[in-house]
This record gives sequence, structure tokens and C-alpha cells, in this order.
Amino acid sequence: MASIDYPLERPEAAPREFSFSESLYKWVATVDHKRLGLMYMVSALVFLVIAGIMASVMRLQLAVPNNHLVGPATFNRLFTMHGTTMVFLVGMPIVAGMANYLVPLMIGARDMAFPRLNAFGFWIFLFGGVLLYYSYLGGSGLSGAGSAPDVGWFAYAPLTEKAFSHGASTDFWALGVLVSGFGSIASAINVIATCVSLRCPGMTLARMPVFVWVMLVDAWLVLVVLPPLSAAQIMLLLDRFLGAHFFDTQFGGSAVLWQHMFWIFGHPEVYILIFPAFGTLSEVIPIFARKPIFGRPAMVGAVVAIGFISLGVWAHHMFAIGMTSWSNTFFAAASMLVGVPTGIKIFNWTATMYGGKIRFAVSMMFCCGFLLQFLVAGLTGIMLAIAPFDWQLHDSYFVVAHFHFTLIGGLVFGVFAGIYYWFPKVTGKMLSETLGKWHFWLFCIGFNLTFIPLHFAGMLGMPRRIYTYAAGRGWESWNTIATIGVFFQIAGIACFAWNVIQSVRSGKAAGDDPWDAWTLEWATTSPPPEYNFEKLPVVRSSRPLWDLKHPQDPDWKYD
Amino acid sequence: MLALAALAWLQSPTPALTEHRIANIFKPLASPAESEYQIALFSFVITGAIFVAVAGLIIYTMVRFRRRRDDDTRQEPPQVYGSNQIEAAWTVIPILIVFVLIGVTARVVASVENASPPASTVKLTLIGHQWWWEVQYPDFGVVTANEIHVPVSRDGAHTATYLQLESVDVIHSFWVPQLSGKTDLIPNRDNFLWIDPREPGVYLGNCAEYCGTQHANMLLRVIAEERSDFERWAAEQRRPAEQDGQIGEARATFESLSCVNCHTVKGTAAAGKFGPDLTHLMSRQTLGAGVLANTGANLRAWVNDPQQSKPGCFMPSMKLTDRELDQVVAYLQTLK
Amino acid sequence: MAASAIVPPSPELLESEWKTPDRGKVGITFLILTETSLFTMFVATYLIYIGKSLTGPYPKDVLEIPILATICLLSSSGTIVFAEHALEREELGRFKVWWLATLLLGLIFLAYTGIEWRHLIYVDHLTISTNLFGTTFYSLVGLHASHVIVGAVFLTLVLVVTLRGFPIATQKRRVMFLSWYWHFVDAVWVVVFTVVYIIGR
Ligand code: HEA
Ligand code: HEA
Ligand code: HEC
Ligand code: CUA
Ligand SMILES: [Cu+2]
Repeated sequence: MASIDYPLERPEAAPREFSFSESLYKWVATVDHKRLGLMYMVSALVFLVIAGIMASVMRLQLAVPNNHLVGPATFNRLFTMHGTTMVFLVGMPIVAGMANYLVPLMIGARDMAFPRLNAFGFWIFLFGGVLLYYSYLGGSGLSGAGSAPDVGWFAYAPLTEKAFSHGASTDFWALGVLVSGFGSIASAINVIATCVSLRCPGMTLARMPVFVWVMLVDAWLVLVVLPPLSAAQIMLLLDRFLGAHFFDTQFGGSAVLWQHMFWIFGHPEVYILIFPAFGTLSEVIPIFARKPIFGRPAMVGAVVAIGFISLGVWAHHMFAIGMTSWSNTFFAAASMLVGVPTGIKIFNWTATMYGGKIRFAVSMMFCCGFLLQFLVAGLTGIMLAIAPFDWQLHDSYFVVAHFHFTLIGGLVFGVFAGIYYWFPKVTGKMLSETLGKWHFWLFCIGFNLTFIPLHFAGMLGMPRRIYTYAAGRGWESWNTIATIGVFFQIAGIACFAWNVIQSVRSGKAAGDDPWDAWTLEWATTSPPPEYNFEKLPVVRSSRPLWDLKHPQDPDWKYD
Repeated sequence: MLALAALAWLQSPTPALTEHRIANIFKPLASPAESEYQIALFSFVITGAIFVAVAGLIIYTMVRFRRRRDDDTRQEPPQVYGSNQIEAAWTVIPILIVFVLIGVTARVVASVENASPPASTVKLTLIGHQWWWEVQYPDFGVVTANEIHVPVSRDGAHTATYLQLESVDVIHSFWVPQLSGKTDLIPNRDNFLWIDPREPGVYLGNCAEYCGTQHANMLLRVIAEERSDFERWAAEQRRPAEQDGQIGEARATFESLSCVNCHTVKGTAAAGKFGPDLTHLMSRQTLGAGVLANTGANLRAWVNDPQQSKPGCFMPSMKLTDRELDQVVAYLQTLK
Repeated sequence: MAASAIVPPSPELLESEWKTPDRGKVGITFLILTETSLFTMFVATYLIYIGKSLTGPYPKDVLEIPILATICLLSSSGTIVFAEHALEREELGRFKVWWLATLLLGLIFLAYTGIEWRHLIYVDHLTISTNLFGTTFYSLVGLHASHVIVGAVFLTLVLVVTLRGFPIATQKRRVMFLSWYWHFVDAVWVVVFTVVYIIGR
């Protein structure tokens, strides 16, 4: 191959200090996808801590029976805000943030397709989040008593109707989430247009990194399933403000309609949330195992399959509403079928590691944690999908344990893997591996200590969303252990926070390509310049930097 | 492994209680719970096997292919891009497993949902309220609250209780783990369920759908007793309230208070429908859907200020004077 | 290999030969996809609640089939195509005429909706809170009408800009996207019309 060596010219960024107001302006007015991506990620992490603190209070309340640390009203607000925040203000901005930062870099583009729409998306998202939290002040006026929404994160009607939920707190829930949803839609349209239109020369769809593929399917899912939620919320607001009767059972309205619309959104939503982690693993594992991703087409196909099948499984959240045996069987079957493509992904990641030379950097450790924990989470998901078993498990702590295994053991672990992997690219500094290992082990132990016991509490009949429980029902010890686990998690996250602060201040310089990686984002400087690439790259395979580093045995030979 | 160990733990015998406080789904005592238990075991075995196989593979890979100290870092391992046979294998095998699971699920769903309950059933209507249960036995003319009495099902005399589930406000859910999984009580929609407890005893359950502030204290007890005991109970319940001459003044006080707007005491002026029927209050084991044991002291505390023991519940603090309180409680205690 | 790698352009593939779809078209397509999903929910809700109203007035008593409005809205899909073609051929005069016609047809449609609603509210006493029919009718038809309004606003903007002599080249893409959107709104009306005025009666 005629390899032309391009000397990289780097106009050194003018070493000029910006004043505080100048740099603030630069951030607020930015349309740069990297800054927006970072802003998404930082807001997500801030909300993670806020919602995590709420969770810690809940765990303290539940540590012992008959506890009176917080009352029922406060507790109900805590889990509602915890769940809503985690899903809409942590999970969703992580999707948008990772896509924003990485997709253009990975496909060799200079920015997203619609930079201003992108900025709009971020600010409207943040506005939605602020609106939701404003409910603490505005839910019943500024009378002092906070009144955040207390209807649960899926806000089942008719509990949300004016008759059962007075004041404005539910309005804040519906409006805040609705508005932040517009941000997600804006960002999803942007991701799709970017992936489709701004790929650098040679970056055919077949050569697109798996991460980008995953984000593409993710954005598609957002566009298809977020509107049902918006529709339901608009109807709810019409009910509450104009006296419509969509969910008003006194007027013949249906309580089940809300559930259908919510879960048509809600189930695909959980895949929307997990996809960034899937994408991250597909990038990180090959680099640290030093092998290309095993079965690329199958990996992409599996994601597409999940994207489609997950649209047809929503009613597995509704097995207890008294559906016909046909519906129950159909939704059970569809839910279990999702396990097949998900299994393909787990097997292919493992096969990627098989025969490699695995380097257990912290990022890779989080990936391995993901694999084992997500396996457990998926298998408990299969148990829930078995409708008759779910009649017992539904709305019990078993479900709580299942979805924290997917969301923490899966999503959060995946995101941490991503952060340890891409932090050097984003900041130009390495994170400390030692502190990172502390972070990993503390968080991993704490997480398992918290959520393994909750499975058993659930199987002993403990329902979720209860602010307290009587002694002697066999739940105490499981709950106490679970609460102890939270302290480990806090310590872990504190290590992480300290690690980030330390590294930004005085971390080891990363260089452009610290992991000896293969995708395009490592072909530019760390941090990347505003325009990303000096000269638009041209690629001939899915591992352009591998081709460059191994001119005698490039990937494109096998394409 | 963990799951199996835990299973063993869950199966270990609990002290013989007539009150089944530990609502372990792995100790079913009625047909629906029994079928659910069977399929639960089956799914544990299958998923357990998958877990052992896949986790084993992952851990083996992690250990076997970790980078060693003496590895040459410049030498990349062989680049393998995929393998159609292997990938086909791990697509097809899970599909087969899933089909087995679907088949079993379909069978159990149908057998539970479409099973006709045994003959000679007792019928009752369970109505969810925020945050208590109204129980009506139309055939017996009985209305009570928070405690369901049902006849026990014996091998010779197989009998079941048929529940019609309704709600007057928001969604609630019936869940007594040892008897049956959940079915929701949904306003403007009728659901059905049947149970056939095999042992006499008190089975604890909870409302299992979040229904507002006091969802945590919407507890339910199912009291399974011999058929004869059940019928004796029903007959007792059908009677109007005791007219104890001695207590006439206390009763007058009660009737003069606004209690009557929300509560019914059959045979008196009290005919409210908003709160639980109090006609045979003293025959119940708990107060306020399970928050308090039904003792004299607790009853007094409850009437004095229900918000103390069940904050947020829809019975207001009645702000009775001490005298009124004494009399009302004395009267309520006659409602055997 | 140097840490600061950049990928070499391969000889057989030059940047100039590399074509990807237009990002604007992709954006609009997916905007329409997500709007479709939104309308689907409202349409499905309408269908589910047909005949579920506990009290009157019922659709068959009060709904008139809006033939004129439908003809106007549907024909505006044609006029906007003519306008597009005119712009394509750079015939600015004809463009303005067809564009104005499209806008007027849209406005007639809106006016009809206004009259219809007025009649329903004041004469038939049907409001959004009267019964399930009112609830679903006003929200579905209203959701569609709000899209017509948005379309009309953008049509007006383009018209104003054109009248003030904006360069045609920059207009072309905008006009194309707007016309896609307008076709979409029309297509939705066909569904709404069928569901509300035919099936629903
Ligand atoms: C990231 C989020 C995420 C993910 C990925 C999943 C994945 C799955 N979930 Fe989960 N789920 C949630 C988040 C998630 N879930 C949340 C948040 C809730 C609760 C919402 C609420 O009520 O608040 C929930 C609730 C929930 C319920 C409802 C419980 C109830 O309320 O009664 C059900 C029921 O079917 C279910 C099933 C599944 C299934 C079958 C999968 C599958 O996708 C799992 C697939 C994976 C595997 C199966 C493992 C790997 C596969 C193999 C190794 C191949 C071999 C396997 C087989 C042959 C089976 N989930
Ligand atoms: C991404 C999603 C996500 C994540 C990450 C988490 C994380 C956690 N969740 Fe969450 N959870 C949900 C999503 C999530 N949850 C959802 C959707 C629900 C359902 C809500 C509903 O029912 O409506 C739920 C419900 C839920 C319940 C059930 C409540 C109930 O039903 O009554 C519980 C109870 O234990 C719980 C606990 C926890 C804990 C202990 C963590 C921990 O992992 C949190 C760890 C993080 C921290 C502990 C923060 C660390 C903070 C610091 C380091 C700062 C140091 C402190 C100071 C300086 C002050 N969660
Ligand atoms: C505004 C309506 C209202 C009024 C007035 C009212 N109650 Fe109640 N009462 C309720 C409701 C609702 C409950 C159920 C509370 C729960 O469990 O959540 C209840 C529960 C009770 C219970 C417990 C019943 C059980 O089986 O658990 C008793 C006893 C009781 N009320 C007595 C009284 C007396 C005595 C008065 C008058 C001094 C009174 N109530 C006035 C609404 C009312
Ligand atoms: Cu009733 Cu929860
Ligand atoms: Cu789901």
C-alpha cells in the first residue's frame, strides 16, 4: 500500500488565559459538539450524585423496620424523584452526551449535522430538569413545604389525575419530563443526520464503528418511542388543566391506556439507556484484548434486532392487570426473544476476549464487571418475562433488584468503562489507575452487596415503594445488608470524583493515543481541536488506525 | 450457585405458625401459587444452568487470556474476525431454549387463567380504597374490611374462593404470595382471581401497586378456616350491631359525631360509605389495614388521632374531647 | 507508529467521489417519523374511545363532514408542488402565486376548523371536558390543526422573505423541506378525517 506519511501540523492553540466571564460565555454560547457532549455528561454526573443521595436516604429509611427517619410523603417523593432523575436526567443525557462527543470524532466529521439544534437540545433538556426540581419549591407554592411529585417514575393514572393528586407537583413531573424529552428528540435527529450524512470519505456503513451503529439505532429508538410518552403526558396535562377525561375512570376513561402508552415508551427506553454501554463495550473490549470485535455484522445485527423486538414487549410490565392468556403469552414470548440478540452480544464480547491478550486497565475491569452482572440482570429479566412467575415477582423488590442490576451493573458500569477509556482523549490527562481500581472494587462490592439481597427480600413478599415495614416478615436482614452496601458505593463514587478532580488538575499527560487504539478519535490530538481533524481522514476499513500501524497486514485486505 | 444456596435457604422450614408472616413465594399453600412456584423452580434451573455456563466461560476467558508479565507487548495476538459456525450455534441454542420456555409459560398461563375453579365456591368482591380494602360477600350479605375470611380447601372437599376485584379510586393490587400472585384492582375494569388455601391459617399480603401516600400500610390478611368456622363467622357478621342497653349513652355520642358520615354500623344511624364498615369491628385482628393490632389501647389511639399511626390516611383527626373519646371507644368495643 | 497518527487518503478513493445523503433531508425525514409516532398515539386513543362516552353529545349528532375544508387542504398539497416546480425553473412570479394559494388554502382550512369548533362549543355544548368524545376530538383535531398553524407560519415567513427579494438559491431547500412537511400534514389529515368523520360517526 502506498502509504503517504502525513506530518501532522498543529497550530498550537494560542496560549491565552480567558477570564471567567469569557470562558463562561464560551461554554454557554457554544455549538461545538464536544463542549455540548461534555456539558451533557457533567449534568448527568451531577444528577447521578443528587439522585444517588436520594437513594441513600431511602436505603437508610429501609435499613430497619418501623423506621421514622422520613415520613411516607417524603419517601414517596424520594423514589419518584430518584427514578425520574436517574432515567430522564442521568440516563438520557448520557446517551446524548456520549453520542455528541464521540460520534463525529469516530466517523471523521468536524461537527454534528445541526450544531445549533444541538445546543438547543442541551438547553431545553437542562431546562426540563430544572423545571422538575423546581417542583420542590413550586409544587404547592412557596409555602415552605416541599412538594415534589410523588406518583412514581411511571406515574400510573388515575393516581395522577387532579382528583388524587392535588397541587401542581404532578404537573411539574409531566412538564419537566416532556420538555426534557424535546431535547432528547433534537439530539436524536442530530445523531441520525450526522451518522448518515457526515461520514468521512470511505466510512461506509459497514465500516462504521460498532459504537456509532449502536448510537444510530439508539437515536432511531428515541424518535420512535419518545412521542408515545409525550402524547401520554400531553393527555395527562389536558386532563389536569382543561378537564379532559383521557384517564378519568369516572367518565369512562381507561386506567390501562396510560400504562400501554407509558410502556410502549418505557420498555424500549430501558434499551435506549443500556445502548451507550453496549457501544462502549464494543469499543473498549477489542482494544484491551487486542483483537478486532468478534463477528461485527452479528454485533450490529443484534443491536438492530433488539431495537425492533423491544418495540413489541411492553406489556410484560402489565402482566398483573388481568390480560387475556393470549396477550400474556405473546408478551412473555416476545420478551424472552430479546434475550437471543442480547445473548449474541454477550457471547461475541466474550469471544473477542478469547484468544486475546487482555490488559486489565480500569476501563476493562468495568467491562468485565458489566459482563457478569448484566448476565445476572438479563437472566432475572427472563424470570420476570415468564408471566406466571411475574405474577409473584411483579412490583416486588425482585424487580427493583433486576433493574438496578441492568441499570447499575450494566449502564453505570459501562459508562464508567467509557469514562476511563475516553477521559484521556477528552482532557488530555490520564486518570489514576490506582484510584480507579479502588473505585472499581468499592463500587462493585457495594453494588452487589446492595442489590443481591434485595432479590431475596422480593421473593419473601416485600413490595416495592413502601416507606416502612413491620418487623418479623423476614425482610430485615436483607434490607440491612443492602443499606450497608450503599456506603461502599458512596466511597467508590467519591474515589472516582477525587480521581477526576486530581487528574484534571495534575494528571499525567495522555498523549494522543494512550491505549494504542484503532478508531478515528485517536487520530487527532487530546483534547481534540475545535474542528476535530486538520484534514478530513479517509478510511478503508473499520480499523483505520490499525491499518496505519500495521501497513504490512491492514484490515482492508479482509473486508 | 448463589441462587441455589439461597433457594435452599428459602426452603428451610419456618416455625409452625398459624400466622404465616413470612410470605415466601417458595412455600405456596394454594393452587395458583403452586403453579407459579413450579414454573419458578423450572426457570431457576434453566437460568441457573445458563448462568453457570456463560459466567464460567467469561471467567475462564478472563483468566486464561489475561496478559502475562512476560508477554511481548508489541506482538499482537492473532486477529480473528468472527466465525459463522460458532455464531450460528450461539444464536440457535438460545432460540431453542427460549422456545422451551415459551411453551412452558403458555401452558401455565393458560392453566392458571383458564382453570375453572372447583365447584361450591364462595364468591366475594374485593374493593380497593386508598388505603384499605372493602370486602363484600354478596351471597352472605356480609360487608367487612381488610380481612378476608375464606374456607380452607381440603382434599376431599376441594373448594375455592372466587374474588371479583374492583377499585373506587386508583389502581391497587391483590398480593398474598403464598396463595396467589398479583392481580390488580383497577377502577372501571373488573378483574377476577381465585384462591384455595390448603391449610388453615392467617396469610399476610400487601397492596402491590403504588396507590399513594399510605400504600405501604395497605395490608391484607386472608384468614383460612374450616368450612364450618367460616360459616359461623359469616352468620355472626350478618347480624346487625349488638344493642347493648348499658351503653346507650356512648352509642348516642358516637351517633352524634361525624363518624357516621363515613362509617356504617348496621342497625344504627351510621351509614357512611367512605370508610370501613365498623359493624363488627372487634372481630377484626387489626386496625387501619394492618398498621395496628386491634387492642383497646390502639383503638383509642387510632380514634384519637389516626394521623399519628397512619400519616396521610383519609380519616382525619377527630379532635374529640376526652369524654367523647372514652364513650366512642367504649361503644366501638361492643361491636363484636 | 507515531502517537499522532492521521489516516492516509487512499489513492483509489478521493473525497470528491464520496457522496452521502443530504443532512437536511435526513433530518426532516426523521422529524416526520417522530411526528408520525406522536399522531399514531392520538389516533389510537381516538379509536379506543369511540363509543365509550357515557353522556352525549355523540359524534353522529353533532359532526358535519368537512368536505370543503378537506378539499382545500388536500389541494394545497398540489399548489405547493406547483410552487416548488416554479421555483425550480426560477419563475419567481408563478412561485409567489402558487405559494400564496397554498397559504390561503391552509388558512381556509383553519378558518373552517374555527367555525366548526365555535359551533360545537356554543351550539352543541361540546367541550373538551364534556365527555370522552369531546376529549379525544378536540385533542386529535387540535393537534393536527396546530401543525397546520405551524406550517402556515412558516409559509408566511417564506412568502415575506421572497417578497423582500431574498436570493432564490437559499430558498430552494427551505421550500423543499416545508413542502415535505406540508405533505405530511395533509397525509395526517386523511387519517384524521377517516378516523374522526367516517369511522367515528
Ligand atoms: C437497562 C435496562 C434494562 C434492560 C437491559 C432490561 C432487560 C430485560 N428486562 Fe427489564 N426492566 C428494567 C430495565 C431493564 N431491563 C426496568 C427499569 C424495569 C422496571 C421498571 C419499573 O417497573 O419501574 C424492568 C422490568 C422488567 C419486567 C417487568 C417486571 C415487573 O414489573 O413485573 C420484565 C418482565 O418481563 C423485564 C424483563 C426483561 C428482559 C426479558 C430483559 C432482557 O433484555 C434481558 C436479556 C438478556 C439476557 C437473557 C442475558 C444474556 C443472554 C444469554 C446469555 C443468552 C442465553 C439466554 C437465554 C436463552 C434466555 N424487565
Ligand atoms: C440509572 C438508574 C438508577 C441508578 C443508577 C440507581 C441507583 C441506586 N438506586 Fe435506584 N431506582 C431507579 C433507577 C436507578 N437507581 C429507578 C428507575 C427506580 C424506580 C423508582 C420508582 O419506583 O418510581 C429506583 C428505585 C430504587 C429503590 C426502590 C424504592 C422503592 O421502591 O421504594 C431503591 C431502594 O433501595 C433504590 C436504591 C438505589 C441505590 C442505593 C442506588 C445507588 O447505586 C446509588 C449510588 C450513588 C450514590 C450513593 C451517589 C454517590 C454520592 C456521592 C459520592 C456524594 C457524596 C455525598 C455528599 C458529598 C453529600 N432505587
Ligand atoms: C372523613 C371520613 C371519616 C370520618 C369522619 C371518620 N372516619 Fe374512621 N375511617 C375513615 C377511613 C377512610 C378509614 C380507613 C383508614 C385507612 O385504613 O387508611 C377509617 C378507619 C377507621 C377505623 C379502623 C377500621 C378498620 O377496620 O381498620 C375506625 C375504628 C374508625 N375509622 C373509627 C372512626 C370513628 C370512631 C370516627 C368518629 C369519631 C371516625 N372513624 C370518623 C374515614 C373516616
Ligand atoms: Cu393500594 Cu397500593
Ligand atoms: Cu421492560
